[in-house]
Amino acid sequence: MSAPVDEHIATSSQTVGPYFSFGLTTNAALGQLTPAGTPGERWRLIVRILDGQSAPVPDAMIELWHPDHAGRSLFGRLGTDTTGTCVFEIPPLVSSRESGDAAHLNLCLFMRGLLRHLYTRVYVPGDAAGADVAVHDAVLARVPENRRQTLMATPVPDSPGTWRFDVRLQGELETVFFDL
Amino acid sequence: MSTKTGTQPSLLYPPYGSSIHRAPAQPLIRLPQNFSDFSAPVYGFRDVGGVDADLTRQRPGEPLGERIIVSGQVLDEDGRPVRNTLVEIWQANAAGRYAHVVDTHPAPLDPNFTGAGRTITDDEGRYQFVTIKPGAYPWRNHSNAWRPQHIHFSLFGTSFLSRLVTQMYFPGDPLFEFDPIFQSIRDARARERMIARFDLSLTQPEWALGYRFDIVLRGSHSTPFEERT
Repeated sequence: MSAPVDEHIATSSQTVGPYFSFGLTTNAALGQLTPAGTPGERWRLIVRILDGQSAPVPDAMIELWHPDHAGRSLFGRLGTDTTGTCVFEIPPLVSSRESGDAAHLNLCLFMRGLLRHLYTRVYVPGDAAGADVAVHDAVLARVPENRRQTLMATPVPDSPGTWRFDVRLQGELETVFFDL
Repeated sequence: MSTKTGTQPSLLYPPYGSSIHRAPAQPLIRLPQNFSDFSAPVYGFRDVGGVDADLTRQRPGEPLGERIIVSGQVLDEDGRPVRNTLVEIWQANAAGRYAHVVDTHPAPLDPNFTGAGRTITDDEGRYQFVTIKPGAYPWRNHSNAWRPQHIHFSLFGTSFLSRLVTQMYFPGDPLFEFDPIFQSIRDARARERMIARFDLSLTQPEWALGYRFDIVLRGSHSTPFEERT
């Protein structure tokens, strides 16, 4: 390496490109964050990616990371279909009034056209209490008020436990992305 | 100016045409590290073994092309090895054709090559793959556009912050100066660090050439991405 021995600089990011699926998303089981066989309810999260022309992005890869109580992450990874959509199975998320932490998933987004991945959050307020906690969430507090709704999943009518989350890469309702 | 300036790409980079409608226009919201310091996944899909790390032995016959060993060490920015972390790679075949339905350009598929591999770094953060050297391939970014020969890499590291997708290139490729993806990195030394080094000590006589590619991942106390562009 050409950097001085005492300094290590993170390797540069490059785009994931259009052909990652045969390498990274062959395992459909990665659409389920909760390990198979774990008892309990499941929710569904329909994620859709739209570009600056409001066209669906059919070659995106989405990762969901959800730390458990021990700090280890439940993990999901899917590629989008021709409608720009993928569907994850997630555990029911509960907001905590004590910690002020509103129920959410961490999302990492890759695609052709992105030279480096994007980070965002999906807030899934399961109930009125959840929506209430979101008011005090420390991350949402750093987001301009008029952009917070871009991080909120919306319930699908008549389909309990099913949520929809659209990511808009550009334009009027551009999703908030974080610099970490 | 930090030595990290220009080591990461901007999101909007017009010479890379796809970025024009896909790069966010609004400024990213900076978050302090405590919001993202959670651990990378450690179970489930990480089960690797068998021929996962040998892309020349996954099909009944051997693929065409130059057999190569690609090996290196994964470190963090403090110079510590990143142990027990998943490394995934994918690439085109020796003719420059991907085993993907969307790649239909006129180069032959190799029935003995898929082009995907995975492994886990050892206690010293080292990884090793056996594969064949991928060909350059044409794309439609601009007239007569060709990607330099490259292998795609995906790594997790220890946390949400250290996640990296990058590309490994080969020394002496004449296409570097024409490739907007490679050139999106403004710092010349950072570009050089994406190029593998031919390493005679990795070469196995009468069998495969060897290339070394070390990777550095972001760790704790890490400068945000935007400050590295």
